[in-house]
Amino acid sequence: MKSFAYVDAANEQEAIAALGTQRGRILPIAGGMDLVGLMKDYVAQPDRVVNVKRLDRTIAATPDGGLRIGAAATLIELVEHAGAARAYPALVQAAAEVGTPQIRHAGTVGGNVAQRPRCWYFRNEEFQCLKKGGPRCFAVDGENQLHAIFGDGPCHIVHASSLAVPILAYGGTFRVAGPSGERDVAAADFFQMPDENLMGENVLRPNELVTHVTLPPPGRVRSATCEIRFKQSHDWPLALATAILTMSGETVRGARIVMGAVAPVPWRAQAAEAALTGQAVTEATAGAAADAAVRDAKPMSGNAYKVQIARTAVKRAILKAAGLPTV
Amino acid sequence: MAPKDGFSVSRRDFFKTAGVGSLATGLLGPVELGAQAGVREVGPGAVPIQLTINGRRHDLTVEPRVTLLDAVRNRLDLTGVKRVCDRGACGACTMLLDGRTVYACSILAIEAQGRDIRTVESLAAAPALHPVEQAFCEHDGLMCGFCTPGLVMATTALLEKTPNPTADEARRALDGNICRCGTYVKVLEAALATKGGRRG
Repeated sequence: MKSFAYVDAANEQEAIAALGTQRGRILPIAGGMDLVGLMKDYVAQPDRVVNVKRLDRTIAATPDGGLRIGAAATLIELVEHAGAARAYPALVQAAAEVGTPQIRHAGTVGGNVAQRPRCWYFRNEEFQCLKKGGPRCFAVDGENQLHAIFGDGPCHIVHASSLAVPILAYGGTFRVAGPSGERDVAAADFFQMPDENLMGENVLRPNELVTHVTLPPPGRVRSATCEIRFKQSHDWPLALATAILTMSGETVRGARIVMGAVAPVPWRAQAAEAALTGQAVTEATAGAAADAAVRDAKPMSGNAYKVQIARTAVKRAILKAAGLPTV
Repeated sequence: MAPKDGFSVSRRDFFKTAGVGSLATGLLGPVELGAQAGVREVGPGAVPIQLTINGRRHDLTVEPRVTLLDAVRNRLDLTGVKRVCDRGACGACTMLLDGRTVYACSILAIEAQGRDIRTVESLAAAPALHPVEQAFCEHDGLMCGFCTPGLVMATTALLEKTPNPTADEARRALDGNICRCGTYVKVLEAALATKGGRRG
């Protein structure tokens, strides 16, 4: 790890003041679960690291019945928050599956959302890949079994955040703070595809921070997240999906379905939403919606199997949301 | 207190070092960065920090890049928990921070100040083993033993929070520790069989 100076920011103002405009030179550290590894591998080589763990970490209901989560809240604080689990089960289910207990005890909500991709070419200092300013994406002709099945590149990462999936599905908003003030960015506008932003994965500028995630009131919905991994524990998802169903009796009146670990951003499946709307949830209708979700998938040379995994994640998320058995 | 640390010899020398350290930061810190008003920056050279480990306060000087694991093992000679993957992927370095398990390899020492840090050395009061350690011995919960300190800490944290866990709860709590010998079944037995007045 290259040496760096350290600023222990007591609050948001101090944190913003300590950040800078040049990408990668000054980086915020929350739980460190992503950044410390990046620095050890010389993928991140900041001159200064700014501690943002002392920023707001409260998880509280908003006046309109939504939920506001301070980005410095740890994942375990979110998992153990009774109100969050009751109103936003799909979010808490995703948080409970992140990494391992040790990671959830240190990792934060903001850090999970803003973490860098897990692509092994990006993480290896020997590969000067497209995302690091190099000439090409090595996954195209290389080992791509864990890479994207949606999006046309030119970089084929999958977005690493599990929380991003339910946050997008619930219609969440990120509060972004920077030197010129604060702004609210809808989750749908926050994450960026490689053709919009090759060097980053979201709209954050180098001197900005996500300080809060706000979820609108859930309404009378049923929701669930289903994650599928290669190993039962201690692993990254091969695919995950969040399904949020607005029911009218036994019929789905509206649905929001978002997939994760399949594209460079959390991937909304509007075709699946349309396929499910107006139907009663059964294994057949959930399966048909899942078929629609992956119909436009474009797998790479080594990850066609992920299409079926993603399909299963969507199907099971729908069944789980509806309270039906998933297998 | 004088920690067993070849790097910080006495309080007087410690303060001398600390003084020189902050002077050097002022003089040699990156000009562009240091120029920002109101930003209190330390490092990149060694800076004095205080860690509370197993109830005892330790003063030491480390660069901000030094992990909690390396500070504890290399500076304070508490070599119980191990450095294996060094990437937060194996659990051999598991310590307790305010009662919760963490990967000490992935936490900066400077960031662990003010926290209650516990390592595997906190458990046994010689000659008696801690109930968790005793259970690991009785149930063959180890083979080569390299993952054991981390697994013992994870088990201890589990039992302090949930004194009578179900097998599922135990499995989830020990989820972040890998054993290449494959002792998982025996570790689970030990976790569920731990006896003693103070289970954790």
